Amino acid sequence: MSLPNSIRRSMFETMVRSRFWDDRLTEQYWIDKTPVFAFGAGPLPGELHTSHGQEPVGAGVCAALSDEDMITTGHRPHHIAVARGVDLREMSAELFGKKAGLSGGRGGHMHLYDRRVNFSSSGIIAEGLGPAAGMAFARKMQKKSGVALSFLGDGAVNQGAFHEVMNIVGLHKLPFICVIEDNKWAVTTHKSMSTACERNSDRAENYGMTGEFVEGNDPELIYLATQRALERARSGEGGTILEIETVRLSGHFMGDPAGYITGEKSEYQVDPVPVYRARLIDDGILTEQEASDTERVIGAEVDEAIKFALDADYPDARDALNCTFA
Amino acid sequence: MSTKEAAPWESPTSGESRSRSLTICRAQREAVDWEMAHDERVFMMGEDVAGFGGVFGTADGLGDKFGADRVIDMPISETGWIGMAAGAAMEGMRPIIELAYVDFIGVCYNAIVNHAAKTYFMSGGQFKVPMVLISGTGAGYSNAAQHSQCLHATLAHMPGLKVVSPTNAYDAKGMMHTAIRDDNFVVFLVHKGASGVGFMGPLVKTSLSDVPQEDYTVPFGKIKVYREGTDVTIAGVGLAVHQALESADSLAKMGISAEVIDIRSLVPLDRGGIIESVAKTGRLVVADEDYHSYGVSGEVIASVIEHDATIFKAPPQRVCIPDVSIPFSRPLEYSILPLEERITSAALKTIENV
Repeated sequence: MSLPNSIRRSMFETMVRSRFWDDRLTEQYWIDKTPVFAFGAGPLPGELHTSHGQEPVGAGVCAALSDEDMITTGHRPHHIAVARGVDLREMSAELFGKKAGLSGGRGGHMHLYDRRVNFSSSGIIAEGLGPAAGMAFARKMQKKSGVALSFLGDGAVNQGAFHEVMNIVGLHKLPFICVIEDNKWAVTTHKSMSTACERNSDRAENYGMTGEFVEGNDPELIYLATQRALERARSGEGGTILEIETVRLSGHFMGDPAGYITGEKSEYQVDPVPVYRARLIDDGILTEQEASDTERVIGAEVDEAIKFALDADYPDARDALNCTFA
Repeated sequence: MSTKEAAPWESPTSGESRSRSLTICRAQREAVDWEMAHDERVFMMGEDVAGFGGVFGTADGLGDKFGADRVIDMPISETGWIGMAAGAAMEGMRPIIELAYVDFIGVCYNAIVNHAAKTYFMSGGQFKVPMVLISGTGAGYSNAAQHSQCLHATLAHMPGLKVVSPTNAYDAKGMMHTAIRDDNFVVFLVHKGASGVGFMGPLVKTSLSDVPQEDYTVPFGKIKVYREGTDVTIAGVGLAVHQALESADSLAKMGISAEVIDIRSLVPLDRGGIIESVAKTGRLVVADEDYHSYGVSGEVIASVIEHDATIFKAPPQRVCIPDVSIPFSRPLEYSILPLEERITSAALKTIENV
């Protein structure tokens, strides 16, 4: 298997964009949060769950999608949103609570919505599955194409919603992909302490779905597995549980030093971004110079998005009273 | 329409204005039928809806008429398929879903409150969630604490969802049309005791009404004055409205003129309409089969006081479930329901306090 160079370069760019954005957000996050740490303080308030380490999942899955496909995701949405092409400036503005944000500052980092690219996220664990399955159901009823994907962590699989929705997906052979990001951690609880089976993808058969486990946090294997899942969904074969091995290089959220990731549990904590960079250079897809140029250009783009957000106006406080009902 | 025979209370009539006396269940089902026939975005989803017609008959015959693709039986997985309905609504459909007993809301409260109700707000208006959740409420038939609640406040308290509870067939049909055509998430509650469902015994006569064949809407956010009066306002929700009407009869025999109003739309709440009635009578009793504390009853009273604290000639009264779980045994259960006797006593208390 060999992917076209353009796709490999594009996935690298996506990973870099996501990483740079998370890095800039991290810098902004700590402003005015020391010496006393308060979620609500500073220009970038609230909880912040960055995607450091999980970039290959967003890049690999989203590179395989078409415009009409639909995504719901969870409380750690950045890498998927960036990969899906959610507007970076408006998304930044949303995180900073600005009027120019995707939702005018009503949602924030865990609740990102961009109708233009069929994207939404929810902070409630595993509860994005139902809406995604419903979107697939709607398209089926409308006789329109489009596959729905819902991203969740391996810890979220232990929610009842997972079982309920997977059963319905299998029953109705919905065009659906359940993407499980297996970073091994449910906040501070390791997968081995929370989940009775090693691979959640093994559960697929019992739901009338196909299961695939992708090892190695490798965007190319993720891309290919997604392609296979999309093909099954589009041809009416039904849904896939795609479990992807990845890493969470950060704590659960900002302020969690992740001191519990020690010993052998820390051995697989490999940063995928430099790994993929080196691989593309080794394979002759990028020169060192081209990689640096890409990073510089994307760095400037991300800086510009952050600046846009910082410079943007806060909403009129009275806006809080708008938008409860259509 | 349905292949089944007309129910006994459906007296066939002829002529241009063909209205029949219907129960709430059958009236609301007509609206669902009409909307499904006229709008292909509308579909129905729930447990036992396709073949059985729903526990309360709200989908009676619709499965045969529209097929299993539009009247869809779902497994006992409410957070799953109510979440799905929200997603389908976000993608342009208009789902009508049925959660048989509102008591079951615990298993799907997340999908209802954190998704269906909040998506429009959190997306800054990008995603609308036009869907209707039908559910049965109410006690009075020895089904105990887990199958007898109203939970009006549990729903009405949460921003982003409209909550209505019609108490007669005419309103049920018109409000169902309104609900399905609304671009928001609407929770449509009907008290089992007033709905006309077969397993609840004799029909509540005041819940029956002449219902036109054609489609029409009844707007949300407007109280209905069932009976005009001058001495005391009795505001009710659900079956309590019918108990209030009986109470008004009893009071009339004592020479007291009670005005009976049906709140019928909890969100949006017609505060102005309630205030107007209380401004006339100066006395208020709120009868609500939900729990006493932190409920619609307190909200109604507070709304009046916030408008004008001097409006009352006597302290307002609440007739609700006294903050206990609903018991099984008949004498225990009846003692805590907002029945006619308790409403009458409360009304008399406002009069005696003059």
